[in-house]
Amino acid sequence: MTAGFSFPELLASALIVLGSGLALIGSWGLVRLPSLMERLHGPTKASTLGLGAMLVGSVAFFQLVEGKWTTHEMLVSVFLFVTAPIAANMIAKVHLHQLRFGKEPGPAGPPAAPGPDSQWATYEAPRPGTPGCFADEPAPDRRD
Amino acid sequence: MIRRLVPHPGLSVLLVIMWMVMVGDLTAGALFLGLLVGIGVPLFTAPYWPGRPEVRFLPGLAYVALVVWDIIVANFQVAGIILFKPNHRLQPAWLAIPLELDRPEAITVFAGTISLTPGTVSADVSACGTWLLVHALHAPDPAAEIARAKARYEARLKRIFA
Repeated sequence: MTAGFSFPELLASALIVLGSGLALIGSWGLVRLPSLMERLHGPTKASTLGLGAMLVGSVAFFQLVEGKWTTHEMLVSVFLFVTAPIAANMIAKVHLHQLRFGKEPGPAGPPAAPGPDSQWATYEAPRPGTPGCFADEPAPDRRD
Repeated sequence: MIRRLVPHPGLSVLLVIMWMVMVGDLTAGALFLGLLVGIGVPLFTAPYWPGRPEVRFLPGLAYVALVVWDIIVANFQVAGIILFKPNHRLQPAWLAIPLELDRPEAITVFAGTISLTPGTVSADVSACGTWLLVHALHAPDPAAEIARAKARYEARLKRIFA
């Protein structure tokens, strides 16, 4: 090993290069995939393993080089994992609305209705009895 | 008595851990403040969250580990698709997954898992709450993809949110 490079530094830089490489591939997917719904898959990659690898690299660097534990990276990844699906879901719902107003669907076509007497919640208000819709349910039992 | 003071022990433990992670050092003062937050917040928010589900913790932890592993594997699969599969050979598809889960919390976790594992994004639920609409980047066999998601994630979630 050449002078000036220690194992922890090499490990941290390898993880950062891996993470940014995955983020780059995710961004390339955003450019080249055919339509909105396919493009949505690009950023989910960058924000999960790409960022995860960079954060692990950061933890490894501070622990092995500076000798202290940093825990903020864990919080970053937890909040990202909680919020990323919501952002993707909102974009998908807007896309579903736009399909109704004449937007060209992607190669997968418009989604078929789930059943003959059923429709997706973006197109129809939730019915009573739907999970989370407490309108017609008796008062839920409280556990004290 | 203890149930009345700590209406949601799991949430309390989670809040204390989050607080300690945020403060970033293990001192008695930080732990004391963390305990105040961990006991106070569930007490004041319990009335707004009626009918909370029971969550089994050990299967829950195993589930998190499984999902993290799947995220890593699927990331490389999707990176391969983006780099090497031309658009005309890509077979994106909408999947309608019939849901056996009937708790909103469980359906939310299921949908979030599907969005986090690369290659699938959950888009919508049906108005009656019994179907989940998922878009898959490359699914030559949609039925197999649906069966896989149900066996791998939904079956485990049914046991966690029993």
